[in-house]
Amino acid sequence: MCGTCGCSGGSEGGTGTRIAVPHTHPHDGDHVHDHTGPHQPVAIRGTADGGETVTLEQRVLAKNEDLAARNRSWLAEQGIVAVNMMSSPGAGKTTLLERTIRDFAGQRPVAVIEGDQETMLDADRIKRAGSTVVQVNTGAGCHLDAEMMRDALTTLAPVSGSLVLVENVGNLVCPALFDLGERSRVVIISVTEGTDKPLKYPYMFAAADLVIINKIDLLPYVDFDVTRCEEYARSVNPGLRSLTVSATTGEGMRDWYDWVAGQY
Amino acid sequence: MHELSITQSIVDAVCERAAGRPVRTVSVRVGMLTAVVPDSMRFCFDLTTAGTVAEGAALEIEQPPGTARCRACSKDFTLADLVLLCPCGSADVEITSGQELQIISMRVG
Repeated sequence: MCGTCGCSGGSEGGTGTRIAVPHTHPHDGDHVHDHTGPHQPVAIRGTADGGETVTLEQRVLAKNEDLAARNRSWLAEQGIVAVNMMSSPGAGKTTLLERTIRDFAGQRPVAVIEGDQETMLDADRIKRAGSTVVQVNTGAGCHLDAEMMRDALTTLAPVSGSLVLVENVGNLVCPALFDLGERSRVVIISVTEGTDKPLKYPYMFAAADLVIINKIDLLPYVDFDVTRCEEYARSVNPGLRSLTVSATTGEGMRDWYDWVAGQY
Repeated sequence: MHELSITQSIVDAVCERAAGRPVRTVSVRVGMLTAVVPDSMRFCFDLTTAGTVAEGAALEIEQPPGTARCRACSKDFTLADLVLLCPCGSADVEITSGQELQIISMRVG
């Protein structure tokens, strides 16, 4: 086990495929960290005085964005739609995925990429629901990135025309910044959270194509204003579509399936 | 802590271009409308440069403010956050600055 970040190469049991993400961080550890990507030296005009300003003017996330673009074109060639599902922990992502997989059975092949810091627990649930799945354990990481997506797609090998649902790490901040090469981004919020969440976490809602308000079966018991939440979400993303569902009872799920069909 | 991955990307790019020469200063542009906290980035910079040619380098962070142009009244205005609302009341606005996340330059040698 890595003493600095707590990452582990061991297994927690369970079944299915798991990818432990190679990660980089600066410390002397007792395990190997993979450093991927090109490291070719770039010619810089030398100066005798030993000091020189090198202009870079490049996007910080250029490597991730280039990889994401490659993922996106590969998915498009295969006629595969990948949807990046993001929410805070406990909003009901996995339950929504389980129901979607069961309801799509026999209609459309579904494959799932599960992102969690640790464990195979969600992958086991998804597998029981009937989908092929690969679990990506990010270790200390708080989000999936395009390289993890590429590796997961390679392992998963989804068939042409399938729907790839990517359950990102439960987190309403970091995943918003990292393009995976997905077709669309969905943010899920549950009515047990605050109505004002879109204002508190505007980057996530600004980056989304669809917001799903989940657990609406609990509306009679909580102080959550659906209309106001939708207004807040549109204040940071005017064109944002929204749906209300209960992944537990199935209410509203038809609208979600229609939205998915519209992505093809 | 996405700042760790973001800063690691900066350090990777800088070290690659430095080609073994020591890096003294790294200049980056982090817009006020990005979800990146400069103080966290500085903290991560010291961590991620340790043991590299950029160890001990100074990190200069330029922070362009958020600005937008209203499509309804054609005015330019400052955006303090991501709530897209022109003083005229229109929400039909285009962000023109504040979302930059770029490596500008570095001083080597």
